[in-house]
Amino acid sequence: MSRKIYTWVVLAALVVTFVGVLGLEVARGASLPGDVALGPFTLRDLLFYLFAALTLAGAGATAFSKNIVYSAIGLLGALTGAGAIYVFLSADFLAVAQLLVYIGGVLVLILFAVMLTNRITEVTVSNVSLGVPGGVALLVATAPVLAFVALATPWPTRTPDPLAPTTRAIGNAFLTQWLLPFELASLVLLATLIGAVIIARKELKADEPDPSLR
Amino acid sequence: MLHVGLQHFLLLGALLFSLGLVTVATRRNAVGVLMGVELILNGANVNFVAFNHYVTGGVSGQVFALFVIVLAAAEAAVGLAIVLSIFQTFRSIDVRLADTMRE
Repeated sequence: MSRKIYTWVVLAALVVTFVGVLGLEVARGASLPGDVALGPFTLRDLLFYLFAALTLAGAGATAFSKNIVYSAIGLLGALTGAGAIYVFLSADFLAVAQLLVYIGGVLVLILFAVMLTNRITEVTVSNVSLGVPGGVALLVATAPVLAFVALATPWPTRTPDPLAPTTRAIGNAFLTQWLLPFELASLVLLATLIGAVIIARKELKADEPDPSLR
Repeated sequence: MLHVGLQHFLLLGALLFSLGLVTVATRRNAVGVLMGVELILNGANVNFVAFNHYVTGGVSGQVFALFVIVLAAAEAAVGLAIVLSIFQTFRSIDVRLADTMRE
């Protein structure tokens, strides 16, 4: 029963995310003033905290859920939230790429692997973690150090540029300054395609009948 | 500290990285380990884009983040193919069972 409620909460959070991102885009397209003051916060701050909370909740579910399917759903929340965060940083093309590649590709691939490798009846058994106490200890050991570095270092910040479309600039950068890495990346993708097929296919001996024909 | 600045994004990236590290370290399910790797790469990406927006300007950080996304997709494809192969061999994806080459 509680699991069902949990699933619905995650689904509701996803819907809220979608509506929020869409609303942000519409608000910007209508050139509304970007900073609507709501008490001590602005609208931008509140939306950031909402998406950061979604991201961290999803990541926490991925890290600590006992059920691998719920871990995958948590990963969906984390990736969606991170994609929404990119919009705050004037990276609209990256946000769309995150949606297409991660949520449309990687996450579906992961769910596919979960369904193929788990006998559904032992889903909870096959995701036994090495121990939640150990995980919490590791989190307590690493997160404060990184947070301290992020907060205490005097970063040489500058006034950020106003939000603007980046697709044209990214295309130009790919085909001039980053041309060699771009071509190498396409070679890597080709090698990946071939390698994944070769690794994942079943070996068929010549004298054995094809099991799919039985 | 109330208004969102560079530190907020760095903090988010750090927490994503930590949770991903915990996932990689505590999972015995190989698919779960791959999920942790995705979380770690996303934490790094948030940092790249945040520094690009608040420190350097331009689009270099975003281009780097795009390369990370491409390589993460490649890594996921090959990693899951290896997981399926391990599952066909050992009938399990517990990473502690696949230690044949340790001796």
